[in-house]
Amino acid sequence: MAEIDTSGGGKKKGPGVKKGKKLSTRIDLTPMVDLGFLLITFFMFTTTLAKPKTMEINMPFKDPNLKDEEKNKLKASAALTVLLSKNHRIYYYEGIGDDANHPPDLKVTGFNAKNGFRDVLIGKKKIVDGLKANGSLTDKDNLTVLIKPDTTSTYNDLVNMLDEMNINDVKVYAIIDISNQDREFISLTEKANGIQ
Amino acid sequence: MGHAKLPRKSTHIDMTAMCDVAFLLLTFFMLATKFKPEEPVVVKTPSSISSIPLPDNDVMLLTVDTKGRIFFAIDNKLKRKDLIDAINVDRNLNLTNDEKTAFALGASIGIPFNQLKSYLAANPGVRKDMDNSAPGVPVDTTVLSDKNELAAWIKAGRETNPKLRICIKADGDASYPNVSKIIKTLEGWHLFKFNLITNLKAIPPGTAAYAEANAGVGAKK
Repeated sequence: MAEIDTSGGGKKKGPGVKKGKKLSTRIDLTPMVDLGFLLITFFMFTTTLAKPKTMEINMPFKDPNLKDEEKNKLKASAALTVLLSKNHRIYYYEGIGDDANHPPDLKVTGFNAKNGFRDVLIGKKKIVDGLKANGSLTDKDNLTVLIKPDTTSTYNDLVNMLDEMNINDVKVYAIIDISNQDREFISLTEKANGIQ
Repeated sequence: MGHAKLPRKSTHIDMTAMCDVAFLLLTFFMLATKFKPEEPVVVKTPSSISSIPLPDNDVMLLTVDTKGRIFFAIDNKLKRKDLIDAINVDRNLNLTNDEKTAFALGASIGIPFNQLKSYLAANPGVRKDMDNSAPGVPVDTTVLSDKNELAAWIKAGRETNPKLRICIKADGDASYPNVSKIIKTLEGWHLFKFNLITNLKAIPPGTAAYAEANAGVGAKK
């Protein structure tokens, strides 16, 4: 197939005429096939991996005309406040930390798979389910996670935290600006634990 | 007694057919591939389990790099042309037609309005260098501030194409306040729904999302 007939029509040359050496025109196509398949592999991988994925988030609608009485009050027992701090550390406390007489008990954790924030979230979910079962919370009260990223946290922390909400099927969560009080809680805890 | 001689067969295989197939497939993949759009900066996005694909059209892309510089882009050349016309009038930039075309064909924009004219007048090679040293689109926490140029871009973008979906592509190491400023700006324009571009990662086993994903597979069977 990939060759050209070079036999010259079978015509015999005279006795004194030297025959030119016949070169085969058959080309080895193996390297070409190799190259072809290499490129195919490259294009196959690039096409499948190029499609980026997105995570959809809905921020709460802030209606300036809404009166305080009309707002849904969040029950402290169904709430978990999460403070994202530097070096990917997570500080969290139960409730919303609005009681001045009883400062919340901050605990620290991380995004590690074992004994990390995921276990905290699963534990809290169970507690809320238990409270629903014994009637202290109505069916309308869902576990609500308040995410407050500090200025020292990175975008990675935020996405990881939102991802944890998806992973653990937490329906209600909100990204809120951190308050100075919360910052104070963090610095107090850091001092107590001797972390810089 | 001599052995019966087996006829020697050549081990040479004709590669032509295989070559044909290889190049046919290669042509297919080359034509089917949609190349990634040109990006001004390298951004390493964080991973999540979310598997919603990025839409192909009507995307407004806000890129944030590690230093917190913001780059703005929308797709579709015609819409980009409309956008730059609107911005030109709004901000009195006195852009020439060539500069407008340069914007329509270009990629993300990461420079303030006062440098936009010289940026678009430069040739593409120089523009690439300018991207490296670009300060990013200036942003502020309130939309009404004149310094919040990102707000002006977003407003003009939404006016030229109301169907635009807003996608934030931020580097994982970008600090939160930089991303927060964008979210604040979007909220200022009453845009509460947007997408964050992430890489796909596997759902960790033993979690609620894992159970749900596997229940879906079981139901299909």
